[in-house]
Amino acid sequence: MTASAGQRLWQLASFLLFFGLWELAGRWPLSAAFPPFSTTFLAFVEMLRDGSLGKAYLITAQPLGLGILLCALAGIGFGIGMGLSRPIEWLSLPIFIILQAAPMAAIIPLLTYMYGIGLTSKVLAVIMLAAPVIVMNSYKGIRNTPPSLLQMCRSFQGTRRQEVLKIVLPHAAALIFTGLRLGLAMGFIGIVIAELLITPTGIGDLITYHSSVADYPKMFAAIASIVAVAAISLHLLERLERRLFP
Amino acid sequence: MIVEVKSVSKTYDNGVEALRDVNLAFPQGQLTTLLGPSGCGKTTLLKIIAGLIPRNAGEVRVKGKVVDGPGPERAFVFQDFALLPWADVLRNVAFGLELRGVARPEREEVARRYIAEVGLGGFEHRYPAQLSGGMRQRVGLARALTVDADIILMDEPFSSVDEQTRRKFQEDLLDLLRHHRKTVIFVTHSIEEAAYLSDQIALLSPRPGTVSRMVKPDVDRRKTADEIRRDRGYLDTVDEIWHILRRYV
Repeated sequence: MTASAGQRLWQLASFLLFFGLWELAGRWPLSAAFPPFSTTFLAFVEMLRDGSLGKAYLITAQPLGLGILLCALAGIGFGIGMGLSRPIEWLSLPIFIILQAAPMAAIIPLLTYMYGIGLTSKVLAVIMLAAPVIVMNSYKGIRNTPPSLLQMCRSFQGTRRQEVLKIVLPHAAALIFTGLRLGLAMGFIGIVIAELLITPTGIGDLITYHSSVADYPKMFAAIASIVAVAAISLHLLERLERRLFP
Repeated sequence: MIVEVKSVSKTYDNGVEALRDVNLAFPQGQLTTLLGPSGCGKTTLLKIIAGLIPRNAGEVRVKGKVVDGPGPERAFVFQDFALLPWADVLRNVAFGLELRGVARPEREEVARRYIAEVGLGGFEHRYPAQLSGGMRQRVGLARALTVDADIILMDEPFSSVDEQTRRKFQEDLLDLLRHHRKTVIFVTHSIEEAAYLSDQIALLSPRPGTVSRMVKPDVDRRKTADEIRRDRGYLDTVDEIWHILRRYV
């Protein structure tokens, strides 16, 4: 599956087309609040230079990292528990199915009533979005163990402990990792919603502030940067995943 | 008689009656085939003998003792190979010993020996996905041999193996099992395979499965594989089985 030179050329052309159209639309102009790509890019470089972008990401990364870490520890544990034990499955499956279907933007403001506007609320926002997919993937990874592998283990008098450690968990590892990647994708959505809806901090602050002072190039640069950061980190994780679980 | 099946019946939870009052005896050191049309419960019977699924009535005795679960004197070869996709050939073959807590150098030495015996020498560090169906099943067979069980239970081991590979594999299998003096219980739906491999053939009728006939192929095993396939006794056995089974299809 190596990308051929032709494939790379088309991918490059796709980016050029996108940024070209953006440039045109900005110069036309589509709206006074829509800057062309070049102006946005310059604003981006300036924000990099004056350190405001870096500072914003340091702040945003805290609730995002903390939330994903907690999901990785508790969520995977929970998913594995649900996959291995029927009572845990019956108890918690409905909760996660409801969480997966719930429109989170409507629920996140409720968090401020309970936990204020601090770090806790933002971490919780990330968890509420990321946890369902992490838990469900771990759970499905456990449940989808091929029955013949389990029978094979039993036919050689493997214990339940060996069955879990040597067959069920290694088999689930790939799906669990996919769950983490999808969880991070949801986490990015969660943290941006939280930083826009709860209190403007980090990248949410940059977007809100520059929008309020009508510095649209910087506002767009902030938005484009979070899109790029999310896309690149998810892409890298996907490549890592393909190397770990071919 | 190393394995005895007495009045075994099995009805699945969904109400399907798979086996009714099956009585069979398996002589030591011989290859017995369970042959019948699909859905006659032959795999169910094999898995009951293996202790992998519970029976509703009757008993299974191995070396005179009633068994209710898997045991070290029986090893199973699976239709879909049941190999660990994340483990190489060496670890897969040694896996039965790994589960028994045999130390790594020791179990890998045993595994290497059987990998060579089934003709996979040099493939120790390949992964199942890199092997053909026939080679995967050789891995499954080697794994069953490492644990040194007296009884090898094989569930349609050649059904996912292409025809050319299958013939070679059948010949190798006969040599190997005779050499190790294993008792083999073999499930198949192929009449030719049964007549070629077996010392005795148990014909099962369709649902609910019962033993309708025992056939002992009159084949001179000292002949070569090609001679056997043209042998009078072999061809008569194929004919005889077909006349019995055609009533069911």
